[in-house]
Amino acid sequence: MNVALEARHLTKRFGDVVANSGVNMRVERGTVHGLVGENGAGKSTLMNMVFGLYQPDDGEILLDGKTVHFSGPQEAIDMGLGMVHQHFKLVEPFTVLENVILGIEDAPLLGDAVSKARTKLEALEKSYGLEVNMDTPVEDLSVGERQRVEILKALYREAQILILDEPTGVLTPQETESLFEIIAKLRDEGKTILLITHKLGEIMAITNNVSVMRGGKVVAERVTSETSADELAELMVGRAVTKEVGKTVVKASEAILVVDGLCANDDTMHKALKGVSFAVRSGEILGIAGVSGNGQSELVEVITGMRAATAGEVFFDGVLTASSDDFLKADALRALGLGHVAEDRLKFGMVSDMSAAENSILGHQKDARYHKHGLLNPRLITEHCDDLMQKYDVRPPLSQLPVGGFSGGNQQKLAIGREVENNPKLLIVGQPTRGVDIGAIAFIHDRLVALRNAGCAILLVSSELEELMALADRLIVMCDGVVSGEGLPAKLSEKDIGLMMAGHKTPEHSGNVGGRVS
Amino acid sequence: MSSVATDNLPKWVNFGLIPFLNLATAFIVSGLVIWSLGEDPFLAMSLLLEGAFGYGEAVSYTFYYATHFIFTGLAVSIAFRAGLFNIGGEGQAIMGGVGILLAVTIGADLPSFVLIPLAILGGAVFGGAWAAIPAYLQAKRGSHIVITTIMFNFIAASILSYLLVGPLKREGAQSPESADIPDAAKLDPLSDFFGGLGFPEGPANSSLLIALVCVFLYWLFINRTHYGFGIRIVGLNPSAARFAGISSTKVIMISMILAGAMAGLMGLNEVLGVQHRLITNFTAGFGFVGIAVAFMGRNHPVGIVLAALLFGAIYQGGAELAFEMPSVTRDLVIMIQGLVILLAGALEHIYRSPLEKIFEKFNKPSKGEG
Repeated sequence: MNVALEARHLTKRFGDVVANSGVNMRVERGTVHGLVGENGAGKSTLMNMVFGLYQPDDGEILLDGKTVHFSGPQEAIDMGLGMVHQHFKLVEPFTVLENVILGIEDAPLLGDAVSKARTKLEALEKSYGLEVNMDTPVEDLSVGERQRVEILKALYREAQILILDEPTGVLTPQETESLFEIIAKLRDEGKTILLITHKLGEIMAITNNVSVMRGGKVVAERVTSETSADELAELMVGRAVTKEVGKTVVKASEAILVVDGLCANDDTMHKALKGVSFAVRSGEILGIAGVSGNGQSELVEVITGMRAATAGEVFFDGVLTASSDDFLKADALRALGLGHVAEDRLKFGMVSDMSAAENSILGHQKDARYHKHGLLNPRLITEHCDDLMQKYDVRPPLSQLPVGGFSGGNQQKLAIGREVENNPKLLIVGQPTRGVDIGAIAFIHDRLVALRNAGCAILLVSSELEELMALADRLIVMCDGVVSGEGLPAKLSEKDIGLMMAGHKTPEHSGNVGGRVS
Repeated sequence: MSSVATDNLPKWVNFGLIPFLNLATAFIVSGLVIWSLGEDPFLAMSLLLEGAFGYGEAVSYTFYYATHFIFTGLAVSIAFRAGLFNIGGEGQAIMGGVGILLAVTIGADLPSFVLIPLAILGGAVFGGAWAAIPAYLQAKRGSHIVITTIMFNFIAASILSYLLVGPLKREGAQSPESADIPDAAKLDPLSDFFGGLGFPEGPANSSLLIALVCVFLYWLFINRTHYGFGIRIVGLNPSAARFAGISSTKVIMISMILAGAMAGLMGLNEVLGVQHRLITNFTAGFGFVGIAVAFMGRNHPVGIVLAALLFGAIYQGGAELAFEMPSVTRDLVIMIQGLVILLAGALEHIYRSPLEKIFEKFNKPSKGEG
């Protein structure tokens, strides 16, 4: 066996936390090696050590059988490692070519450097099928193309081992497919690829071998062809995972939320919503699919009273809540029975420096339940928080701990509990399981379904197709600020949805989405 | 994994040891400067302490200065809780002084128990209104509040000069000052209240008690009302405020008006307590010291009182020191104050991370007590 990269007993501590504990991993040359694990399992720490961003406290890293010590990423790059980060590191106004040679311009004058690089890059593009127009500014490229630029950057620096960190998080299914073709080609050309992901389907589709991490350790190594997604899921979580969601039939009823021709701008005053219409009924989960950044966030913000509309109307429970003239603010909407679990917990939903107790009343700070003699009462607030923590299994159950000290999953349980406990008529949930471990995902999904079964309407925005397929009763797809398609999850294939996400309307789609109530 | 960085230390370190170390460093550096001038630093320090606490009148002066600093410290602190840097304490105090003078002039015939609340109202309303303009510009127009409040300090000072050489000038006076306030408006010296307990005679007056009431109200407002909750949310995470339906416009207006009101009340101490009239430049930079007081006091009610006392002592003791030690000039005393501000405010983190490392080591066996 020809081992390209080996980690031996790597250990890394951050204060009291052992992020990696005696990690062993062997990656064969010319293979695609998967690394899976829940959030916080230690995948990123391991990769950051391999790439020289962290120094291990113990253990060693071997490249081609020789021990190496990287004091920084540059040394790792020099030794033939390349990394494509989840969040791209590109200079947007620069062209593809300029981005690729940035930092390694091989001539004193930029003109010479560019023409030298052009030949080399052309050859690379051709041999790996990584076609991008070299003279296009990166800001004009699609997400999938930007990712290719990142891969080109690594190859240009003569990377032999390529680390891809959650590469498909921002891609449509079609873009994912073409990425996988590129990966296969790279492998066939003798490169070694390390694929970090939490999506088991991808592991099964493209890898040769897979390492499973849990709690800072590699708990299993498998040959992909000899394992199954179920086994890997069990290894990741440490117990069997059930995916039943237990929906009951709820009689379809009146629309509780009607969005009609809604337009709005984003923070940079560009049009983000260009006439969106749909309706949500009580007792149904309406899923909104789409690649992030196609107007979903702005849509949620307008509906929840955080952003002004420039045209169109929103009716909640028969009340006009937003139009181009005015809109009800989030606190007034909450009083009407609209709950909101924000897609970005720490940006919107929580104040990380404040205690869990204080966060447990955020958005309900005027509620008489937490007041005594006209003043906020710490005892009442703490009791409320303790109650939430118990019902929603928030750990550790310390109501005075600042929210920043909890894990993502526990923050999310607290955020969902806070909204659900106020018996909303409509719950708007953005990315409910982003940055949340698998155990908590099941818990959160159960809660959402139970809420739906009890007759609450839920608007679920997610970039995880699997989640939408499992939970949603109806699905709409957004692309470039408009609804590009809709349908029933059971009747749509991933391919259909992927096409809609890319803006191709489905043949049966015509006009506005059904369910509109006038 | 990413635990909150600022909460790694026990409270007594955060609020006791670190300020003490900062202060000690400031005095050591000051001592070195005094030593380099050829004077004995230990003698200088003992003169400073003696000047601040050594005899009755000195103590009274220390408390008198501290009263100023509590008001101006609160003015910085309330705004800071909303994430706003209120540099305008000086101007707000000036306008508050004008409001106080107008209130007691208009109500000159009223008895004390009506006139003094009226004066409090006058100071708060004028100070608050003066702060409301930059607040409005910030909230609605996005004009940076640091810039506007600084500008408003100059405008306020000019208005005061105009008033004191014009409409408010005492008849026949040769200097820019107002007429004396009515006797009913004068605040009693603290020695009248606590003389029996041995409180010495001097300038300290009952406005200190008003200041302490304000400290309590500050605590109550910030920690126990939904308005205060909103102010803290806006200060810590403006996006979350939007999420919670808290209007940042309202928060900016409320916090700045209250901040201005606090600064405005500083005039009680000076106009009603000591000068018994309005003079130019009566704020003498106390509004700026409020910034240091709020920082050093960590925006905590008790911290603000303690920091105000400290700066009161440096002010009073420093004046004595400059008087007793010829080569230590008034400017050098200002330098000592500057060092305290620098180390306590601007550089307060120099001891934090080393201490965090030390405590991390000690805390390992007993986790979970903090």
